[in-house]
Amino acid sequence: MSNKEQYLVRTEPFYQAQGREVILYEAAYAARLPVMLKGPTGCGKSRFVEYMAWKLGKPLITVACNEDMTASDLVGRYLLDANGTRWLDGPLTTAARMGAICYLDEIVEARQDTTVVIHPLTDHRRVLPLDKKGELIEAHPDFQLVISYNPGYQSLMKDLKQSTKQRFTAFDFDYPEAALETQIVAQESGLDAETAQKLVKIAQTARNLKGHGLDEGISTRLVVYAATLIKRGVAPQDACRMAMVRPITDDADIRATLDHAVDASFA
Amino acid sequence: MVTGVRQVPDARSRTYEHPQVQAAWQTLDCGFATVADVFEECIYAALASFSKPQLDAYLEAARVIGKLGRGPEPLLAFLEEWPTVVAAASGDQEPLLPQVMAAIRVMQKSPNSKAITPFLQTLAAVARRLQSAEQVEVYVDIALNLMARTTGSIHGHHTTFPSPGLPHFFEQAPRLLGLLSTAGLRNWTDYGIRNYSKHPERQVDYFSLQSADSRAVLQRERHGTLFADVERKLDLYLRALWQDTEQLVPYSTAFDELRKPIPYYDRLGMRVPDVFDDVQAPGGVVGGLDRYRAVLAHMAGHRRWSSSIIADNYSPFQRMAVEFFEDCRIETLLIREYPGLRRIFLALHPLPGEADCDPETTSCLRHRLAMLSYALLDPQHPYTNPQLLDFVARFHQTLGDGVSSTREMADLALLYVARTRRQSDQLARVHFDNTVIDYRDDNRHLWQYIEDSDDEDFFDDPAKQNAKPAEVQSLPPRRYPEWDYQSQTYRPDWASVYEALHPSGNPADIDRLLEKHAALAKRLKRLLDLLKPQDKVRIRYQEEGSDLDLDIAISSLIDYKSGATPDPRINMSHRTDGRSIDVLLLLDLSESLNQKVGAGDTANGQTILELSQEAVSLLAWAIDHLGDAYAIAGFHSNTRHEVRYQHIKGFSERWDDTVKARLAAMQAGWSTRMGAALRHAGHYLEHRRADKKILLLLTDGEPADIDVTEPDHLRNDARKAVEELAARGVTSFCLSLDPKADEYVRDIFGKNWRVLDRVERLPEALPSLYLQLTR
Repeated sequence: MSNKEQYLVRTEPFYQAQGREVILYEAAYAARLPVMLKGPTGCGKSRFVEYMAWKLGKPLITVACNEDMTASDLVGRYLLDANGTRWLDGPLTTAARMGAICYLDEIVEARQDTTVVIHPLTDHRRVLPLDKKGELIEAHPDFQLVISYNPGYQSLMKDLKQSTKQRFTAFDFDYPEAALETQIVAQESGLDAETAQKLVKIAQTARNLKGHGLDEGISTRLVVYAATLIKRGVAPQDACRMAMVRPITDDADIRATLDHAVDASFA
Repeated sequence: MVTGVRQVPDARSRTYEHPQVQAAWQTLDCGFATVADVFEECIYAALASFSKPQLDAYLEAARVIGKLGRGPEPLLAFLEEWPTVVAAASGDQEPLLPQVMAAIRVMQKSPNSKAITPFLQTLAAVARRLQSAEQVEVYVDIALNLMARTTGSIHGHHTTFPSPGLPHFFEQAPRLLGLLSTAGLRNWTDYGIRNYSKHPERQVDYFSLQSADSRAVLQRERHGTLFADVERKLDLYLRALWQDTEQLVPYSTAFDELRKPIPYYDRLGMRVPDVFDDVQAPGGVVGGLDRYRAVLAHMAGHRRWSSSIIADNYSPFQRMAVEFFEDCRIETLLIREYPGLRRIFLALHPLPGEADCDPETTSCLRHRLAMLSYALLDPQHPYTNPQLLDFVARFHQTLGDGVSSTREMADLALLYVARTRRQSDQLARVHFDNTVIDYRDDNRHLWQYIEDSDDEDFFDDPAKQNAKPAEVQSLPPRRYPEWDYQSQTYRPDWASVYEALHPSGNPADIDRLLEKHAALAKRLKRLLDLLKPQDKVRIRYQEEGSDLDLDIAISSLIDYKSGATPDPRINMSHRTDGRSIDVLLLLDLSESLNQKVGAGDTANGQTILELSQEAVSLLAWAIDHLGDAYAIAGFHSNTRHEVRYQHIKGFSERWDDTVKARLAAMQAGWSTRMGAALRHAGHYLEHRRADKKILLLLTDGEPADIDVTEPDHLRNDARKAVEELAARGVTSFCLSLDPKADEYVRDIFGKNWRVLDRVERLPEALPSLYLQLTR
């Protein structure tokens, strides 16, 4: 348990609540209910978990899921050493033993067979069987599982099984409304509110194009990037192009439209 | 000048007062009275701009033209137009005159001498458009080229028939050059020459801008920003910046000379011009795309903030004022939203000078309103009129930080009209210069009429609207271009594809066919099982993996313990093997499919059509088992105006009785216009999301149609269509039943084709071909 320290969130992350999510999360944690966070990329899901971990004073273990991730990447595996094999706990096992909040980011990226290993941890059993090791881990009383995913993916392949979905309580996240987002951008980057408002306006312009050539609009994260660049003395138009327009699209027509929106916003 | 029968009064003896004119008249040596009547004026015009040597050259050229024996018209046209031509072409006649005279000589020697008059008559207008001697030279060159290539000869004898299109070309030239650059004009004439050189009537239609494709090619070659090129950008613009999804409908600006249409919107969509040229504004060039954006932003603003008010109680002046105020309110709100729009609006907005309009003689209301409108948009406006300044202040006060309303603007406008009213506003002469704001719409949405008034045209008579349109039986045609390999250009909107559901037959027939091939189906089934996604595949020898591969791990450990270098790749992992294939099976249903298979004794009485039916049924059954998404369609054509594309199965439809019924009713007829069908099928595949998109074409012959005599044309078009598909990520593959197909199928499909020599084996060959292709 000595490494518990390293997973603690030490300084308070900035998080601006959009609604009652903080209170609701605390209630879910009190009952140790698993939580699912849904929302588009860069809207603050990970930041929220970090903030809650800090607020509750619990360690946080984050796993970024990807296509090649297998069950053993979560649970643990045998490694070789000089004396034979040695078992190494995976992040999920570590969290369950230690009593940490285990946060599986972008869970849909992981293959479906992988996601099934979390099932026994997420219902009344709260156990994690390690079949390869022949061990059954009882989850620590403080342990909680949080997953996040982005329902905006068009792909039919990337969705959670019903049996997985129905083990979680869920929050819907979205980009905050303009005034709040402006405040967040200003707070994060230290930019003046007026410029921040223009950046948010451009972001909203792009979000209108979602599904019409854009898979995702400009996220709050990108807006903050642009604001940071401006704060460092980059010309606003350049910063917007670099941080907000270029990253999200390769489509010349959309790029032209968004560039125009940038020019139209910074007269 | 004495002609044989009739006495023509000779004008050579006419005398003029001015000695220089008299001398010139002597030089001209001309007997036409009509020329003599206007000669004095022409010479005065020439004297004003020409130097002595220039004048001599001018008169000498005129003398030659007068002696062509073509009557007075060419000479009149030359005398009157030439000074204007020279002035338009930057004042230098030296390079121009010999060129023009040479052209006239060529025309005179050919049967086209009748075209000299129209040539000279429109030359001035052309020169005004082209602005430089070099450009005029290019123009003359194009005309001579047209003449040389369309002057007719029968049976390869002398060039005895004049070019039918040339005079019409000259008549249309000023208008054409208003829309086209010289390069565009060259393309346009080339197209006409290529397609109609052997067809005098159509050639006339083409060069007098009467025929549809003449206009289509003209549209394609126009300068400026074409709506068709930026449509997607504009859709995105409207959606992104204004959250508006209205349909955009272009109207043509090429053929309305008198009545310039202006943008507007109604229930059916936003109407915008089909082309916008760049404009040179004081603050820099405003591109065509920005002009479109200004139009759309303005209309989107109206749709967001304007409401309609009752028009009956207002005079036309009051209505005009209300429109100006309302437009300015909308634009102010737009600028508030996106400050950068101010630059575009101001660049496009006319800036009338304060003293431009004389209130004693003309009606100045328009002028006053245009100035006011500018002042409302630009805080740095140059105007000093106290009333104007007062209303600018009132306007901003009314607007404040809110959005105000159409009603409030109307009140302000009425007050403005009352305060600034002048007696002369009623005058018939209205000052229009520099007051037209071309990005604003016609504001028809602003007015509600309670009674039909008599001063407006009413197009939408309610009684007429109630007449129900005829029920639509099939989808409207989609038009596709066709590749013309000779000119390396597309013929725009050339083939019309009508898509319809294939009629239905008895689905049991297909089941019977499948039963007949039960043995074959069993063999296929075995193949299919092998091909089916095998989901988990083990990958061994991985440094990083999900599991320890015990065999390797132990041997590595032995190596390690015994001092040898162990193999670090002791893990293994899995991957899933999936298929992501969409296939569209396109069937050629042309007449030739009705042929019986085999010859003489071997003929078993089956037609190719029936065999295809069996093959397609089996293939459909097989793909269905595999789980790939697939669609089936057939096509045939009856000239380019009617390419029929028959829908048999869509991607989302299941392999059920409805689909089988359509397949059972398959019938053959007409011809094979392959390119259009390929393009239409491709547009369905293009939007699929599979990794691999396949268009499988089953055909029995080469592309042909009854309106195409040249065999290579459709072949090349089909090849172009295949290239287009490849560029969009669709792989095409052709299975041909024509044993002699090798040469042309290779041309069209490159490597992706196979010829089936024994048609009887089709039912077996088609499914196994598919399996091979997708293995």
